Amino acid sequence: MLERTGIPDDEQLARVTPSPERRARGPVAVVECFQEIPCNPCYTSCRFGAMQPFEDINDLPEIDHEKCNGCGVCISRCPGLAIFVVDESYSESEAIVRIPWEFLPLPSPGDRVWALDRGGNVVGEARVERVLAAKAQDRTNQVWLAVPRGLSMVVRNMRARESDGR
Amino acid sequence: MLKTEVAVVGGGPAGLMAALAAAEQGARVMLFEAMDHLGGQLVKQTHRFFGSEKEHAGTRGIDIAAMLSQRVTANPNIETFLEASALGFYRDDQILSIEFGEGILTCQAGAVVFATGASEKFLSFENNDLPGIYGAGAVQTLMNVHGILPGEKAVMVGAGNIGLIVSYQLMQAGVRVQAIVEGAERIGGYLVHASKVRRAGVPILTRHSILRAHGTEALEAVTVVELDSSWQPIPGTERTIEADILCLAVGLSPLVEMLWQAGCRMTYVPELGGHVPERNQWMETSVPGLYVAGDASSVEEASSAMVEGRLAGLSAAARFGYTHGVGERRQEALADLASLRSGPVGEKIRSGLARLAKGGKA
Repeated sequence: MLERTGIPDDEQLARVTPSPERRARGPVAVVECFQEIPCNPCYTSCRFGAMQPFEDINDLPEIDHEKCNGCGVCISRCPGLAIFVVDESYSESEAIVRIPWEFLPLPSPGDRVWALDRGGNVVGEARVERVLAAKAQDRTNQVWLAVPRGLSMVVRNMRARESDGR
Repeated sequence: MLKTEVAVVGGGPAGLMAALAAAEQGARVMLFEAMDHLGGQLVKQTHRFFGSEKEHAGTRGIDIAAMLSQRVTANPNIETFLEASALGFYRDDQILSIEFGEGILTCQAGAVVFATGASEKFLSFENNDLPGIYGAGAVQTLMNVHGILPGEKAVMVGAGNIGLIVSYQLMQAGVRVQAIVEGAERIGGYLVHASKVRRAGVPILTRHSILRAHGTEALEAVTVVELDSSWQPIPGTERTIEADILCLAVGLSPLVEMLWQAGCRMTYVPELGGHVPERNQWMETSVPGLYVAGDASSVEEASSAMVEGRLAGLSAAARFGYTHGVGERRQEALADLASLRSGPVGEKIRSGLARLAKGGKA
């Protein structure tokens, strides 16, 4: 349970998961924000009108997945690092999961890394496809992970293979 | 003796905003800060802020500190004194005494904004004086201000926002965080912070507490234990975790000594962090001309501290006839505060403020 462990449950995730059809069509943001806190940069950063206007600053974000094109600007603007972009159109067997990344060293494209779930458990391997670490990301960099297609809604973090587990 | 219209004690988020708001209205301001830099706790906050754009949401605390400090330094109405610790306040002549350089400064001020912040609470347990046991603020100062790694393996006590954020910062510095121990049944901090450290592999042990620390010269390990619903340790659930850092993030107490000295009416309100001054909606205490803002008024988020600073600064300046647009600006600040506190996470502060308004009764 989220409030005891920090890990959202299936019911919470079901509410924010884009439809399988939408996911298959291409990149789309998954907003894993489950607590009403006074915060709205996801809305103010969205240039496509996908994030619905907040009536109250404590509202939970509401995203229109049809209007979201998966640009990923919000990934680096969310103070809670709670937004991910998944792209199941990447290939027959693999999906891309874009995660926010604020650690050093930065991984490099081509690196094989451990793919971690929301509990920090290793669930498989991932390949680093791309790393965005420009001024626009303002030190909340983005790592694009190629993961087995079935893990697109499971993988939410990575760890270097030789790392000691931190 | 120095003389000014508005004196601001403390150069953190509340004090900086108070100084700016008063100076931008036209008041002459003197700002006293104990450290050698402005920004208070903002300079340790490497995460992006919550709140709305007005409180710089989406911008990191360190960047907000730089931005506000620059505005303060550039404002000709503000004279800033660094490494200037306010020591006392003498109500008869409205005089602050300040330790500065080798001597003592005195400053007579028409109005004073106390934005003195808060201090960290501590826990009592066996061996809690071993080297390696820190308050979370000290760990942040070591890492984020001085660039010093405090150790290799850490255990954090407290899953409020400070405990969660400092755990994340420890990981960013290359420290392995072994566990976050929280006495309450639920995580107190923002759940997005909790999820962030959890997916990096840090277990969050709710309903657990620290039993004792182990080590001869310095900390080597800690024993934690599960608690029952009445907060009593459950025998047989002890486990020992290797750690050379134990970091305590178990709450803050408002720093209000000078407000006591000034004769402000104080009330004990646990939801607000302890003894806090009674004040009206403009942040004026029971002593006319003395204002309070930020954690000294109630332990809350930096975003609210900045708005309280704005309110106090506007109100202090208005005493000297700098009233241009003040009605509108204060209403705007009040609305911003209400909005920041309106959601479920604002419940504690709302009930604390309601209790304060009733003189401490629930």
